Amino acid sequence: MNKGMQLHLSDRLQALYTRLNQGKAPYIFSAIYLAIGTILVYISPRSLLAFLVFISSAIFIYSFRMDARYKIILAAIALLILVPIVGVRNIFYLEVIFQISVFAALALGLNIVVGFAGLLDLGYVAFYAVGAYTWAFFGSQQPFLLHEIPGTAPPGTPFFLPPNTFYLFIFIGVAAAALTGILLGTPVLRLRGDYLAIVTLGFGEVIRVLANNLDKPLNLTNGPQGITPIQRPTLPEPLLDAIRVVLNPLVGHNVSEGDFYNLFFYLAALVVILVVILVARRLDDSKIGRAWTAIREDETAAIAMGIPLVKMKLAAFACGASFAGVMGVLFAASRTFVSPESFSFMQSIGVLSMVILGGIGSIPGVIVGAAVVIILNLQILQGFSLYLSQLRQSDAVIPIINFAWKDLSTQLDPAKYQRMLFGIILILMMIYRPAGLIPAARRKRELVKEEVGVIGPDDQINGASESGNPGSDPGSEEVRHGAR
Amino acid sequence: MRRLLKSPLLIEILRPLGQIVIFVTASGAILSVITLLIAFLLRDSAAGLACIENYGVDLVTYTVVNLPQVLIDGVTIGFVYATIALGYTMVYGVLEFINFAHSEIFAIGAFIGVETLIALDNAGVLTGIPTWEAYAWLGIAILFSMIVAGATAVAMERIAYRPLRGAPRLVPLISAIGVSFFLQDLIRLVESLTTGQFYRVFPTFGNFDERISIATIPFRGTVIELSIQVKSVIVIVAAIVMVVGLNFLVNTTKLGKGIRSTAQDRTTASLMGINVNLIISMTFLIGGLLGGAAGVLFAMKFTRIDPFVGFFPGIKAFTAAVLGGIGNITGALLGGIVLGMLETFAGSYLNVFTNGAFGAEYKDIVAFAILILVLIFRPSGLLGEQVGQKA
Repeated sequence: MNKGMQLHLSDRLQALYTRLNQGKAPYIFSAIYLAIGTILVYISPRSLLAFLVFISSAIFIYSFRMDARYKIILAAIALLILVPIVGVRNIFYLEVIFQISVFAALALGLNIVVGFAGLLDLGYVAFYAVGAYTWAFFGSQQPFLLHEIPGTAPPGTPFFLPPNTFYLFIFIGVAAAALTGILLGTPVLRLRGDYLAIVTLGFGEVIRVLANNLDKPLNLTNGPQGITPIQRPTLPEPLLDAIRVVLNPLVGHNVSEGDFYNLFFYLAALVVILVVILVARRLDDSKIGRAWTAIREDETAAIAMGIPLVKMKLAAFACGASFAGVMGVLFAASRTFVSPESFSFMQSIGVLSMVILGGIGSIPGVIVGAAVVIILNLQILQGFSLYLSQLRQSDAVIPIINFAWKDLSTQLDPAKYQRMLFGIILILMMIYRPAGLIPAARRKRELVKEEVGVIGPDDQINGASESGNPGSDPGSEEVRHGAR
Repeated sequence: MRRLLKSPLLIEILRPLGQIVIFVTASGAILSVITLLIAFLLRDSAAGLACIENYGVDLVTYTVVNLPQVLIDGVTIGFVYATIALGYTMVYGVLEFINFAHSEIFAIGAFIGVETLIALDNAGVLTGIPTWEAYAWLGIAILFSMIVAGATAVAMERIAYRPLRGAPRLVPLISAIGVSFFLQDLIRLVESLTTGQFYRVFPTFGNFDERISIATIPFRGTVIELSIQVKSVIVIVAAIVMVVGLNFLVNTTKLGKGIRSTAQDRTTASLMGINVNLIISMTFLIGGLLGGAAGVLFAMKFTRIDPFVGFFPGIKAFTAAVLGGIGNITGALLGGIVLGMLETFAGSYLNVFTNGAFGAEYKDIVAFAILILVLIFRPSGLLGEQVGQKA
């Protein structure tokens, strides 16, 4: 009965969606929806619901049947005009949106490795760290402090490079991360998928241990204390003043330099996302992209078709790594501080769960995944924490078991339980929806064709022989050995 | 007598014991020789001079004096790794799947054991008791944590892995990572709700912290103290019992036959009337039991535990399993011992040999470097021939 009701409801929603998605309706609806979202957030900057309405307008803009040009214009208005206004008005939203863009870019980069080429990389944050530490080292006073004990910088130490070399270092960060990817990938990419996962995990930890301990013999990373301050590129003062004239009345206070920096890094992250999307889309349809798909689906068959396996895998690895490198440079500059803490294994898994939640190999899916995880993390879990701490201060009692909220341990802080969140996402997605919230187009086709219970999102080796027993496939194994 | 010696049951007990003795002596001897050689070569370098300045003895003497302790520590931690590695290797052998969450099974074991003992301590049971009673309580705590860890492992397989059987191999791996993260925070949640603390300390009772002095040998002006902590002895003995027991179980019993045949070919095994699902559950149960016991032993040896205590031992035990040849029980034992020794050697001597440039912190890197090297040059591990490549 209950299930029937649900079906009924979803049917009606489906019908509503179809009706809205015909003719001119989507044009009007998405514009109005976006406008309502903006107004809601503008009026009540603290309401989570308003923010969700605002953010969800992206889904309609993306999914409705509309002219592509109209979609782009609407998206540009939302991202370049509305988000800055709303974000500067309530700086917390800008932080949320900035984090979404940073992690969306990271997740898109990881998506190239995991989604396109089917290589499970559990140490993705290592490349992010390489990028971040590259700019952190050269963009701070650190090169002059090589022989100092961490935390004892003599006052008046100059910066090593002028702040605007940041732009140059975006490219150096890319190169450094890609080089690291190639250096790591060359020996390990010959390994089978699950071994590769563990080795990349190990590598992620190695980078973290190095960052923690390379304060001697030469003080390169300042150890656990991390490097600070790191320079940010200078923003032209006249331009800022010109923007202030427009923006100040809209947001209702004087826009500070810090706000401008937040906006700047948000826009920079958007540019990176745009580049990643372009590159990913072009690659996916190119010879390389097809080679990656072939490797992902069946390595043996790919080798037989003459695909240079290691070279192609290396390309995917380096490509994914380089995007993490850019984001690392941006991260270091935007925070003006890096420490080994920011590059833990949990971050790698966080990015992975974004990819898996959204849909492995699916570009819009991965962006949605990043948005959902960040919002869950920054808003819903923290909102829940806040709610609990309010309950703790009240005299309320849980009914039936007669437990006073006051006695609840203060250690119970849902905002700190990200691991549980990531864990639940990973388990549930793998069991119930392995292709993700928005499956990639190619996988959708596969799902229609075959009628198997679980279609693998990242079938790396056993694609063809999986329906049978994995162990009963000695022939193809020999081919694989031969190819090593 | 001769007939007794030839009986397969006895052989199954004696063979792993012999292997243990050989592995420990061989890896200990090889590493000692290498370390002494390095010390000899470095004795006149800056590191050697710094050693004379800091410790008043030359580098070779310093190395020799510390060697027994390093060896004992290495063997102890090596056995802990070996017992965890057995869990990885059993599951890998049967399912060809890296049970990433095994490290959390280990952590759960550690927490249950420590919490049991803390509860007993708070109840006053552990104060002023005779030694045998202390051992009995320790045994009960280990047993209890084995049961809980084993049950968790079985439940985990039932909930998060069984629905994914037959899926591409990265799917259960990702699910396992999810389980691992979930369990880490679950331990944290339970601990914070019940005790308000994230870390727990193994209570002091019995004579576990005492040192048994074996001998003192004079050597070039100083003395070499040969002594071993009681808890190290317990760890080693318990681990040996577990390894021998597991070997016995796998090689002589009906259940062991089922496990071996399922590992060899699941389809054929099921055609032969073996309940494959039951065997897989049993494999997880055995892995969980061993992991739980290893957790308590680890907690006893290193006293302090936190919810993330499983991560590094788990990764290292996995490395050990790969080093020895994953899917191979003897290999896990060898890998654990070699890795534990290597790590302890690195942790003890790296600082002195590099003149303070690299400290004991790098011992974690040693494990990963070994993992990468093994996977590049000998992916089937030291002992693995038939396994590791079955895909």
